[in-house]
Amino acid sequence: MCLAVPGEIVSVHEREGLKFGRVAFGGITREVCLEYQPASQIGDFVLVHVGFAIATVDREEAARQWAVLKELGEVE
Amino acid sequence: MKFVDEYRDADATAAVAREIHAAATRLHVIMEVCGGQTHSILRYGLDRLLPPQVELVHGPGCPVCVTPLDAIDRAHAIAQRPGVIFTSFGDMLRVPGSATDLLGLRARGADVRVVYSPLDAVELARKTPERQVVFFGIGFETTAPANAMALIAAKRQGVTNFSMLASHVLTPPAIASILQPRDNRVQAFLGPGHVCAIVGFRGFESLAQRYRVPIVITGFEPVDLLRGVLAAVRMRERGAFGVENAYERNVRPEGNPAAKHAIAEVFDVVDKNWRGVGAIPKSGMRINDRYRAFDADYIYDVGDIDTREPEACISGLVLRGVKRPCDCPAFGKACTPETPLGATMVSAEGACAAYYAHRRPA
Repeated sequence: MCLAVPGEIVSVHEREGLKFGRVAFGGITREVCLEYQPASQIGDFVLVHVGFAIATVDREEAARQWAVLKELGEVE
Repeated sequence: MKFVDEYRDADATAAVAREIHAAATRLHVIMEVCGGQTHSILRYGLDRLLPPQVELVHGPGCPVCVTPLDAIDRAHAIAQRPGVIFTSFGDMLRVPGSATDLLGLRARGADVRVVYSPLDAVELARKTPERQVVFFGIGFETTAPANAMALIAAKRQGVTNFSMLASHVLTPPAIASILQPRDNRVQAFLGPGHVCAIVGFRGFESLAQRYRVPIVITGFEPVDLLRGVLAAVRMRERGAFGVENAYERNVRPEGNPAAKHAIAEVFDVVDKNWRGVGAIPKSGMRINDRYRAFDADYIYDVGDIDTREPEACISGLVLRGVKRPCDCPAFGKACTPETPLGATMVSAEGACAAYYAHRRPA
């Protein structure tokens, strides 16, 4: 139920006074409400739950954690 | 896919598992709160990568499973009203009420439709002004902002033929209710990452301090989940408690301010009955008086609801982590995803359904 999937914003538009975007998930794109990520822009990865972007993926944090994991893998 | 596949990487998963083996010198009983996490753990067999002294216990975080029976029965009563289009997330359709489920009602002529987003239900109402569109708004804090926005949009756009039957639950009181009984075995929690994307994790800090437990905010992919377990094990090994964030890329301490604002605009916190678990103080939300004109509970008088729960079902004990699905005599026999006795067998995130899909005895 709390499933949320990251996707990339490919365009931004407004509908009925709300901010929306087209978000690409692999090969599929769908319309996503961006009201809860008001600063989001094209190229951002957002975490989408029931048609709403609930968070913007922090690429720096992701890169930092990935570097730590790489190190773990290489220790062995 | 970006920010998905890399967290399913087998080498990275194995590397974190090795760290857990090295760190765990004694018993650690860790509960993952969220049903989505339970599903991932069983799907990827992550529990089998852990040393025997690290035990995962499955928590109550499946909103489909804990939606109280009287709310389901109420939904069924409203869905049968003439002129009503009853809309819902797909996973509610097969949840058994006292007499039937939404799919059964649809087969008997009720207009029951699945929507992807609550805003789709508002849009449907706008396009069919001659019908009443009711949306079954259930969920944890993750889903509450989406449901809140449907109400905000309907009010703003004057869509008066839209209403919501809301049954919302909150995770921190549920964690407290797990920790309170004297016979509780859970020593640490993997906190629900997507709930925290909305509410942040400061609210979990007081809980961790009060009960002196580690709560590690954790994601849903294999690497994320094992990183959560590793952090919890390390905290317990050094005698620490409090909140740590192991889902840094998606969770900020303060959460999502715009989403929290919308929740506060639309909902009031109330005491709540959880199916299988019982009443938990201040663990739910109802639509507040400002949005009463859109509250299906207020609009539709369905009279007294007489609920009947199947006796064989032990889903309450499963939801509290006291029993495992395979401990139930009905598991995989009288109770299967095709003929579920309880909601934990319906939702893909229910522990019983996850065990049935991935851990069925041959």
